[in-house]
Amino acid sequence: MGVTEQGLLERDKDTMTLNMGPQHPSTHGVFRVLLEMDGEIVRSAEPDIGFLHTGIEKTAENKRYVHCIPMTDRLDYLSPPQNNLAFCLTAERLLGLQELPARADYLRVIMCELGRIGSHLVWLGTHALDIGAMTVFLYAWREREMILDLNEMISGVRMMTSYIRIGGVAKDATPQWLDGVRKFVDHVPGKIDEYESLLTNNPIWLDRTRGIGTMTKEEALNWSMSGPVLRASGIDWDWRKKRPYSRYDEFKFDVPTQDHGDVYDRYLVRVEEMRQSREIIKQALDNLPDGPYKIEDNKISLPPRDTLHTSMESLIHHFKLVSDGVKVPKGSAYVPTEGARGEVGFYIVSDGSNTPYRMKLRAPSFMGIPGMCQMMEGAFIADVVAIIGSIDIVMGEVDR
Amino acid sequence: MWIDLAITMVKILFILTITVGFFAPVLTWVERKQSAIMQDRIGANRADILGFTALGLFHIIADALKMFTKEDFIPQGANRALHTLSPIIALVPAIVTFAVVPFGGQYMLWGKEVSLVISDLDVGILFVFAISSIATYGYVVAGWSSNNNWSLLGAMRTASQMISYEVAMGLTIIGVLMVYGSMQLTEIGAAQETGYWGFILQPVGFVMFFTAAIAENKRVPFDAPEAESELVAGYFTEYSGLKFGMFFMAEFIEMVTIGAIMTILFFGAWHIPFLPTATLLSMFDFLGDDFSNLVVMLIHVGVFFGKVTFFIFVQMIIRWTLPRFRYDQIMKLGWKVLLPLSLLNIVGTGIVILLF
Repeated sequence: MGVTEQGLLERDKDTMTLNMGPQHPSTHGVFRVLLEMDGEIVRSAEPDIGFLHTGIEKTAENKRYVHCIPMTDRLDYLSPPQNNLAFCLTAERLLGLQELPARADYLRVIMCELGRIGSHLVWLGTHALDIGAMTVFLYAWREREMILDLNEMISGVRMMTSYIRIGGVAKDATPQWLDGVRKFVDHVPGKIDEYESLLTNNPIWLDRTRGIGTMTKEEALNWSMSGPVLRASGIDWDWRKKRPYSRYDEFKFDVPTQDHGDVYDRYLVRVEEMRQSREIIKQALDNLPDGPYKIEDNKISLPPRDTLHTSMESLIHHFKLVSDGVKVPKGSAYVPTEGARGEVGFYIVSDGSNTPYRMKLRAPSFMGIPGMCQMMEGAFIADVVAIIGSIDIVMGEVDR
Repeated sequence: MWIDLAITMVKILFILTITVGFFAPVLTWVERKQSAIMQDRIGANRADILGFTALGLFHIIADALKMFTKEDFIPQGANRALHTLSPIIALVPAIVTFAVVPFGGQYMLWGKEVSLVISDLDVGILFVFAISSIATYGYVVAGWSSNNNWSLLGAMRTASQMISYEVAMGLTIIGVLMVYGSMQLTEIGAAQETGYWGFILQPVGFVMFFTAAIAENKRVPFDAPEAESELVAGYFTEYSGLKFGMFFMAEFIEMVTIGAIMTILFFGAWHIPFLPTATLLSMFDFLGDDFSNLVVMLIHVGVFFGKVTFFIFVQMIIRWTLPRFRYDQIMKLGWKVLLPLSLLNIVGTGIVILLF
């Protein structure tokens, strides 16, 4: 890069360097990409990440397992329950927990699918905003508000719920909360139709998204895409189906796929995923089993509060768990899960102590960035924002 | 002599008050509230004077105060003179176009014939186009003088878009000019008193002119030059304070201009359907000659600005409904769809006029 002191324009090249981000309205956070522009057309795109580095992976090495859960919320901050789940499943694998109480799994599924709908609503809103349809953005925010209210009801926090814990969930669902979820489930399909009526057959939307940022099957595999991007390219791959966790095999749902792998197909896939998530939540509500909401092994999960005053053993377990935490056997594990953006998984190495020896996140947004920048080449600058929006990156998990 | 001058001054003052003083600021509020209604939210309601919020109308004052008191920032390496001059070049033509826009007909008031137009040019519509295209220089110079790549891209887009759509816009109205046989805006307006309105005689021209006019004003879906999600803010990225306010005001005044031109060319100007001026005058006969003329004049001015408001509202509804075209798609629409269609429209109109 021959950038002179006088500025970016005066160089011996015909192209213009455009510094997009980290403070740009549509790079979805502090993502920076250096665009080499030939007029309106992008010749090359060079990503630059790290502006939101939080050191979560490193910090986790000095945190007890249960203290890691709130940090995983801050990775993909748009669908925190899925990060919680991925972390807890891995920790449970290391602990050798085979099966959780059915109610715990169902509550996890409800939270995760609510998180997926919430995340897709944010994606839909910001993606539409990038392409200029501002009203969709505020409509999507309106429905997301309901999810945030539900989060607050069950966990006390609107975004960073930390609701899923090792061995179950933080607390049992109240009837009011279940009513709220049911109301949301009845409410949301009409609203999705509303977004679709504004976009799906809108000629301008079609012009702006069809044939843009195309990725074939092979390319999508080679660039290690996952989640909706992979499915939009025509590969029927969903960890919830392929290797069911958390009793996903007990639910009936479709995995939407499309063939062209362009921005429009990714839009269609995600919109359909919202409907399918709604189906899953509905089934989970209808068949929600009774019983404990976490395992009863008090060496892993906290004993019931009211037993602390009556049972010596409970008091000891409580003291040990709160002051020392769970000791996880030596070993390493990785459990892939299907997050809102693609495959989310934590690779955890344990040395037998109460903190992870090493924690590594497989972040779908991070894996999507090289492929995204490759799509930008030859596109118009207006397509660049459409492509960034269609990959749906969250900088929290890219920079971690 | 003096009385003519006085009348002209009053008309100029009226136009300035209604565009700069009323429409531009109130439209910012209307746009906020209207979008809020469309988007299922409340909208501006916080600015208050002693606890009164007046539906958020005080936000206009707050906005104005903010613009006056903000730092006037000129970026490093910018051309200071041009950077300061360009908002003026953009704003002045927007106001000047109103010189030829009639906002009422002719009325006999106390023995003096008053025509509600500042300057009744016989090439009226041509003057509007000529003057409004000067504003392009303001935008281009603004983008260039800011020493910012985003501004530069915005300026390039503005230049190409405005020049392209001026061609299409000019050709779309030729049909109307052929039908009414005049370029004088007062005559076109007067011709629609008893005859058919422009949009019935020229439906294709009406739709195309509206499209081209929105593109000319750079509003959604044609707002590529200032697309905030792509170019940050386009040509005015590096503008702040009152200079930004001038660009902002120019856009809103242009909205009013478009509404006014649409009303005159296609929507019967200041006339009420099936109610010619003579009939209206006879209804107020009991007031005497002068006062009945005065009342009719006020009604006509009201009707005219009512129609203008309607078109502004339509523009706003479009703005909050549609996504944005890509830059090359805007060009394609202009050159490959609007231009051939408007040429066809001219040929078709010509044939119809020749035959009947």
